[in-house]
Amino acid sequence: MMTILSDALAIASKDIRNELKSKQTIGMMVIFSSLVILIFSFAFDPTNNTVKAIIPGLIWVITIFSGLLGLNRSFLLENENASLTGLKVAPIDLSSIYLGKVIANFLFVIITQIISIPVLFILFDYRFTGEWVWFLLIVFIATFGFITVGTFLAALAANAKNSEMLLPVLLLPLLSPLMIAAVQATRIVLGQDGIEDALSWLQLMVGYDLLFFAACFFLFEFLMEGS
Amino acid sequence: MKQQSSLIDRILFLCLVPAFFIALYLVFIWSPIEKQMGVTQKIFYFHVGSAWVAFLAFFVVGFYSVLTLRRPTESRFIHAGVSAETGVLFTTIALVTGMIWGKSAWNTWWTWEPRLVTTLILWFIYVAYLFVRRMEGAWEKIAKLSAVFGIIGCINVPIVFMAIRWWNTKLHPIVFGEGKNQKGGGIEPEMLITLLFCIGTITLFYIFLMRKGTEIEKMRLTVKKTKAKVIEKLAS
Repeated sequence: MMTILSDALAIASKDIRNELKSKQTIGMMVIFSSLVILIFSFAFDPTNNTVKAIIPGLIWVITIFSGLLGLNRSFLLENENASLTGLKVAPIDLSSIYLGKVIANFLFVIITQIISIPVLFILFDYRFTGEWVWFLLIVFIATFGFITVGTFLAALAANAKNSEMLLPVLLLPLLSPLMIAAVQATRIVLGQDGIEDALSWLQLMVGYDLLFFAACFFLFEFLMEGS
Repeated sequence: MKQQSSLIDRILFLCLVPAFFIALYLVFIWSPIEKQMGVTQKIFYFHVGSAWVAFLAFFVVGFYSVLTLRRPTESRFIHAGVSAETGVLFTTIALVTGMIWGKSAWNTWWTWEPRLVTTLILWFIYVAYLFVRRMEGAWEKIAKLSAVFGIIGCINVPIVFMAIRWWNTKLHPIVFGEGKNQKGGGIEPEMLITLLFCIGTITLFYIFLMRKGTEIEKMRLTVKKTKAKVIEKLAS
């Protein structure tokens, strides 16, 4: 187990160093999420009071759309110079590739969120009145679930020629329960309702995370054998 | 190469034809007309039948996906694919008939109600599954990839079902469909018989389609292999 973790960290640090050099993925993700915010400002009048109602949904829309960009790249990059074959024949457990990619992608999406959510609040002139800790916890758990399933399906879709188109088609229906829970929980926390109402949604998200993390972790070997 | 359909297929077909006519008779003539919704209620029999078959088909996909992962064979791979195709077909029928019924019963084509949303998401998952199967590459590779996706999709369905129930508990209690009829005054015995008969007939139809579909897919595979052989011969 420890070797899996250390191998995973090695793969993740490779991705992160790669990203630090090029700064392409995170840059694109941040720009893209800002553009989504811009488009939404045309769709909904930002001076209106209804903005409060759409903020929770908006947080998750920008997370998912910008996250998809990063996920698409994470395995396609490995196709260059047949690096994926190199990873596969390396003397490591195949699951550690998955774990490493999850760690790297999770970090990228979290960084994007750290930039884009405050931007969203500022541009829509939204005053945060909820509880910070719970809000961060919800964002953290839901993003983790998104990355768990997303990384797995990105590896699956990377086998297809049209993987950029395939990934959202595969991912979005599978994410639906997580996103329902995330949006509802965020709405409850951002409003003045007590955290008690959000707890059952939080439970659903934690259950989803654990179940899908376990399933993806064990099925990843078959995925790598197949590709 | 002349191949006749097997005995089971012929017996199935001979059972299906009269069964469909009996079902139509039961639905349109024999069973009473519902008081509030009138004639439109009759769509309910086909609707419930196809929805049930849709869920059954996706369960079968999950079953064959697990088998494929344990040891991939062509027949398991084909069975999973045909089942998914049939399932998508019946889900579409269930959604469309449901919408027609909804228009006349609640005066709206669509409402975000647990069962409808689950069915819609199910439809999306298995259309995605069919896309995975259409990927290029050797069949063993596609078999493994699609089996993995089939399993993940199967896990997702109960979760969606739960999530959506929680999501909508305040807005839309489960007010219609079988559950209510059983809880409420009870379904008319004639209606129940008709419903069960329709479900049985459509399930039989599903089995027939499955058998025919796998047969066709296997033929396709044979043709493909023969073609490859001929090309190889010509090239050498």
